[in-house]
Amino acid sequence: MTNKEFSKKIRLETLKMVYQSGSSHISSAFSYIDILAVLYNQILNININNPEDPIRDRFILSKGHACSSLYACLAIKGFFPIDKLSSYGQNNEILMNHVSHKVPGVEFSTGSLGHGLPFGVGIAKALKLKYIKPPKTFVLIGDGELAEGSNFEALLFGAHHKLDNLILILDYNNLQSLTTVEKTLNLKPLDEKFKAFGWNSFEIDGHDHSILNKTLTNIPLNHKPSVIIARTIKGKGVSFMENKVKWHYKSPTKEEYIKALNEINYEK
Amino acid sequence: MRNRFIESLIEMAQEDERVILIVGDLGFSVVEPFQEKFPDRFINAGICEQNMTSLAAGMAKEGFKVFVYSIGNFPTFRAAEQVRNDICYHNLDVTIVAVGGGLAYGNLGYSHHSIQDYGLMRLFPEMTIISPGDPNEVYSCMNFIKKDNSPKYLRLRKAGEKNYSKDNVEIIPGIWNPIIIGNPKKTFLSTGYGMQLAFDQIFVNPLYKDYSLYSCPIWGPKYDELQYNQYEKFDELVTIEDHLKAGGFGSWLIENVKVKANLKLGYVSNSVIGKVGDEKWLLKNLVVE
Repeated sequence: MTNKEFSKKIRLETLKMVYQSGSSHISSAFSYIDILAVLYNQILNININNPEDPIRDRFILSKGHACSSLYACLAIKGFFPIDKLSSYGQNNEILMNHVSHKVPGVEFSTGSLGHGLPFGVGIAKALKLKYIKPPKTFVLIGDGELAEGSNFEALLFGAHHKLDNLILILDYNNLQSLTTVEKTLNLKPLDEKFKAFGWNSFEIDGHDHSILNKTLTNIPLNHKPSVIIARTIKGKGVSFMENKVKWHYKSPTKEEYIKALNEINYEK
Repeated sequence: MRNRFIESLIEMAQEDERVILIVGDLGFSVVEPFQEKFPDRFINAGICEQNMTSLAAGMAKEGFKVFVYSIGNFPTFRAAEQVRNDICYHNLDVTIVAVGGGLAYGNLGYSHHSIQDYGLMRLFPEMTIISPGDPNEVYSCMNFIKKDNSPKYLRLRKAGEKNYSKDNVEIIPGIWNPIIIGNPKKTFLSTGYGMQLAFDQIFVNPLYKDYSLYSCPIWGPKYDELQYNQYEKFDELVTIEDHLKAGGFGSWLIENVKVKANLKLGYVSNSVIGKVGDEKWLLKNLVVE
C-alpha cells in the first residue's frame, strides 16, 4: 500500500467512526493522518504478530482526543480487526474516545495534555539503559498542548540526557480549542526555541509524504533529541472542515458525512 | 527511617538490577551511597515533579522497578495527575517515596507539612500506602516492596525515630502488626509516625497504660475488606496518625467498618475505573451498601 492509499484509507475509516459514534475531534484526528501513514508504513520498526516485541519502536500519541485516526491506522495495519472500529465510543468497549492502552498497538493512554512527552522521555531513557542500539521513541503532541509546563520539563530532560532515540513530532496546525495558537498563547519562535533547548529541530510540511519520510529516516544520531515541527492543516482532507474551530467539536450530519466521503474518495 | 530505607534499597538493587532511583533534586546526605554504587541507576531528575513522575512511569513500563524520592507534597500533590493517569491507571511498579511525612519539617511551614497526602494517595484504587512507624518497620516493609509490582506510596519521616517493632518481620498488607499486647479489648491502632506518638503522648497517660498497640504500616483501598474482622475483636479502638482527619487513616478505617448499622453509603464503585460508555451506563456502577 502506498502512503497515499494508506492515508486515504485511514481518513475514510476515521470519518466513518466519528460519524457513527457522533463524537468530536474529527479535525484533530485528520490533522496528523499523513504523519501516521508515513510512520506506520515506512518508519516504525513494529511487528503486528508480536505487538510487545521489546525491540519495537514506540509511538505515543499525547493528544489523546485525536485517537480515532490512530485506531483506524492500527486496525488497517492488522493489530485488530477493522470491523472492531465500529465499536468506537460505544458502551463497555475498549475503543474509548481518548487513546487507550487497552487497544492492541497502543503504548500509553492519554487524554489530559502534557503527559506524552514526559512519559516518552522515560521510555527513551529506559531503552538507552537497556540497549546499545536502542529502539526509537516517537511522541506526537499538539501545538496548543505545548503550553503545558510538563513539556518544557521534559524538553530539558531529553537534552540533558542526550536522548537521540527520542523524536518529538509537533502537529503544528495552529488551531486550538477556541482560536489560533497566536491568539491564545503564542509559541513563536518555535524552531529557535527547540534549538535553544538543545534539540535538533526540523520544520517541514506535515502532509508531504516524501518529505516526512526523508526527515524521519534521517534523524541524526548526534546525542541530541529531535523535534519535527510538522506544519499541518486541522481537518486536512475535507475542505469544509479545514481550519474551522467548530470541527474540533462537531460530528458530521448525514449530508456532511456523504459530502466528506466523496471528497476523500475522489481526492486527486 | 531515611537511612534504613536507603540501606534496604541498596540491598534490593544489588539483588535486582531493575531497581532505579530517581530523585527530585533532594536527598542530600541520604542517597549518595546508592548513587556511588549504582551511578547508571541513579537519576537526579531536577526540580520538576511532573516530568519526574511521568518519566518514572515510562521507565517502569519498560520493565524497571522505579523509586521516586522527594519531599511530602512534591511527588504527590504537585504531580497528582501524573500519579493518577500515568502510574496508577497503567498499574506500574513505581514506588513514590516521600520523606518528611506529617509535620516532620515543622518549622519549614505549610508548604512542607504533609498532612493531606494519605487522603490523596488513597483515592487511587491501584495504590498501596506504606507508612512504617519505625526503622524496623521500614525494613520489613521493604521486603513487601521488593515483591510487589504495582503502584506504591512509601511515606517516611526523617531520622532519629526509636525502634518499637520487631525487626524483619513479615508484614501482610492490611494486617495489623502487634507492637504491645496489653488489654485484649482495648487498643490503639497507629500508622506511620503515629506509633511514635503513642509512646510519646498516649502511654504516658495513666488512663491508657494497659492498652494494646497495633501498627498498620501497609494499607489502602486494596485492603478494605480485611479491616472489619480485625476491628470487631475490640470494644474500644483509637487510631493515631499525623495526618488530618479528612481522608486519613482513621477515616479509611471508619469507611471499612460499620460504626453504626443504620449508616450506609451509596457511591460509585471502583469497578467503574477504566470502563468507557455514556454517563447513564457508567452510573450503573453505583453501589448502595
